[in-house]
Amino acid sequence: MAQFTFEGTAEQEKELKDFIAKEKGEKGCLMPIMHKANQIYGYLPAEVQTMIADELDIPLAEVYGVATFYSQFSLKPKGKHRISVCLGTACYVKGADKVLDAVEKELRISCGELTPDRKFSLDSCRCVGACGLAPVMIVDDEVYGRLTEKQVKSVLDKYIKE
Amino acid sequence: MVNVKINGIPVSVPEGSTIMQAARLANIRIPTLCYLKDVQCVGSCRMCLVEATGARGLVAACVYPVSEGMEVRTNTPKVRKSRKMTVELILSTHKKKCLSCVRSMNCELQKLALEYNAEEDEYGTDHDIQPIDDLSPSVVRDNSKCILCTRCVAACEHQTIGAIGPKNRGYAKVIGSPYDVSLAFTPCVNCGQCIVACPVGALYEKSSVADVWGAIVDDKKKVVFYTAPSVRATLGEAFGLPVGTNVEGKMVTAIKQLGDVKCFNMDVTADLTIMEEATELINRIKSGGTTPMFTSCCPAWVKFLEHYYPEFIPNLSTCKSPQEMFSAVLKTYYCMKEGIKPEDLYVVSVIPCTAKKFEVSRDELGHYTDAALTTRELAKMIKEAGLDFANLPESEFDEPFGKASGGGAIFGATGGVMEAALRLAARTLGDEDEPIVFDEVRGVKGIKEATYTLGGVTVNVAVASGLGNARKIMEDIKSGKKNYTFVEIMACPGGCINGGGQPYIHDEVRNNMDLKTLRASALYDSDSYNKYRVSDETPAVKKLYEEFFGEPNSHRAHELLHTRYIARPKY
Repeated sequence: MAQFTFEGTAEQEKELKDFIAKEKGEKGCLMPIMHKANQIYGYLPAEVQTMIADELDIPLAEVYGVATFYSQFSLKPKGKHRISVCLGTACYVKGADKVLDAVEKELRISCGELTPDRKFSLDSCRCVGACGLAPVMIVDDEVYGRLTEKQVKSVLDKYIKE
Repeated sequence: MVNVKINGIPVSVPEGSTIMQAARLANIRIPTLCYLKDVQCVGSCRMCLVEATGARGLVAACVYPVSEGMEVRTNTPKVRKSRKMTVELILSTHKKKCLSCVRSMNCELQKLALEYNAEEDEYGTDHDIQPIDDLSPSVVRDNSKCILCTRCVAACEHQTIGAIGPKNRGYAKVIGSPYDVSLAFTPCVNCGQCIVACPVGALYEKSSVADVWGAIVDDKKKVVFYTAPSVRATLGEAFGLPVGTNVEGKMVTAIKQLGDVKCFNMDVTADLTIMEEATELINRIKSGGTTPMFTSCCPAWVKFLEHYYPEFIPNLSTCKSPQEMFSAVLKTYYCMKEGIKPEDLYVVSVIPCTAKKFEVSRDELGHYTDAALTTRELAKMIKEAGLDFANLPESEFDEPFGKASGGGAIFGATGGVMEAALRLAARTLGDEDEPIVFDEVRGVKGIKEATYTLGGVTVNVAVASGLGNARKIMEDIKSGKKNYTFVEIMACPGGCINGGGQPYIHDEVRNNMDLKTLRASALYDSDSYNKYRVSDETPAVKKLYEEFFGEPNSHRAHELLHTRYIARPKY
């Protein structure tokens, strides 16, 4: 996967640090702070984790441990459009793996990665509760159901041509 | 008090006690893997499960509190079956290379596997082969053997470093530093407390044993060993002798039987350190220099300060540690006297410490030490040499660096450096009483404080062992809450006697004794019957100043016996 440099802005840093200042000292404040950081930056790069460790005066290993424990935190940047292919049981038996393969081929990235232009990031997920529509792919908040591998290109084209 | 029965044996324990504490009073052993006295108590390894009335299912004895009338059973078929399965599940992901493992015959998991008749391959052998991290000069991590007990993480957090932690989740979980960066590039201070906490062979010191054997058989090399004060107080443990046995005489014999080597006493340069350090302190006090002055003999503490309190670097004594002073003296003065080329002299330091291995690699110290062996590595060499340690005759250290003062001897315990410095300071400042024993700075308490007036000069002193306590003292100094003149810090709880290079003591043994006090008593005993009590009485030290250094803090002393420090980043 291509290396992405940290592109955090001074505004983002201020927003996070203000939030930390507010939460610091509360028991169990690390989780809400990491959620906030993930929301501000879209992911938790090393620079942001170090910022949190510094501000809270805790070891980086602790922040990193939490960041890698919970699947909702990502250490890699996310794209402008986030694609998630459901690999839950129902979707899987309906051929979700082929849909995922098609997306990977179309965007030339692997699952968990980001396109070099930062437009798309691709992940898989487990059951989104739309088994009736299996196999399902979600782009941002839009759900695409009963997908075949052949339909993948036309769905993605909509975003590519934006 | 709460009355309970453990396997039918009635015991009374204070309210809030755990089943494990109660069982100890009934002389019943409960196996543990994740529990670590004073450091970790999380009930996660499930080895200590027992049956207790009023509880549903089996409960973890290390965390489950007793209640009035509780009856506990620790050895029922159900308990034994559960423990056996726990060991077998751990073994299923453990790299079972026991024959060539550093912990073979001394492994807590191996011992439990034997006790509970665990089958090695009951649940398959699909352990992941993970890369060994051996880039640190002190600590090697082999996660293929890690059982995820997190004792090392707790030990590191207890030291307030937190260089390592659990990463990822479920089957992917591993212990290590963030971002798969080697421990060598983290703020790890190399204290090695993680190593002595590890129940298995996942953590061990970076070994120098092969290098030392190589030098011993090299005809061109003259090999000299010197041993740190606390090694003689613990080496016997590796050969089954009781904790607290001073094995100085046997240790010296053993080292001399390793080959054509000399064996010197590091207590001598502990005395030399005191000469330099006490002089520096008195100069700082008299000239209004930077105080509080901090001791600098503990390399883990020095690195801790460089990482976390770099603004206090001017407060660190510029004295090298006894190890580095000794090696510098050997490669200059001793070589000159003996007509040996410095490059032909191979200097081996035996220390209770893994941070000293890092210290050897510090450029600003001049690379005078060729190898630093932990107490464990020396024990290994003695075993490899086939020596029957317990039955060896006693012999004395080689001269000219054999006899030292009791002040040098107590360097190995928390408060020892302080006491030795105070003895000399009292004498130098012309204190008429010339006090020898400073009780207030003795003992294994984490932080000790005292105020002394010596020859009309009042000094506020503090002694801390364990880096958590060091941090407390630093914060108090930083905020202006405390005002000290002189502060002694040792990174390991209890000082060098409890160092990261000392023999492994199984947790169940550690739980039943005051390890630190027992080991320290061997040093204080030898101090009490020493002919010399104050560092300036040591013949070798007197001679060094007469023939070589002139006086403490002289120009040559500054060149060879003092050093400088580097501010280091936190990440």
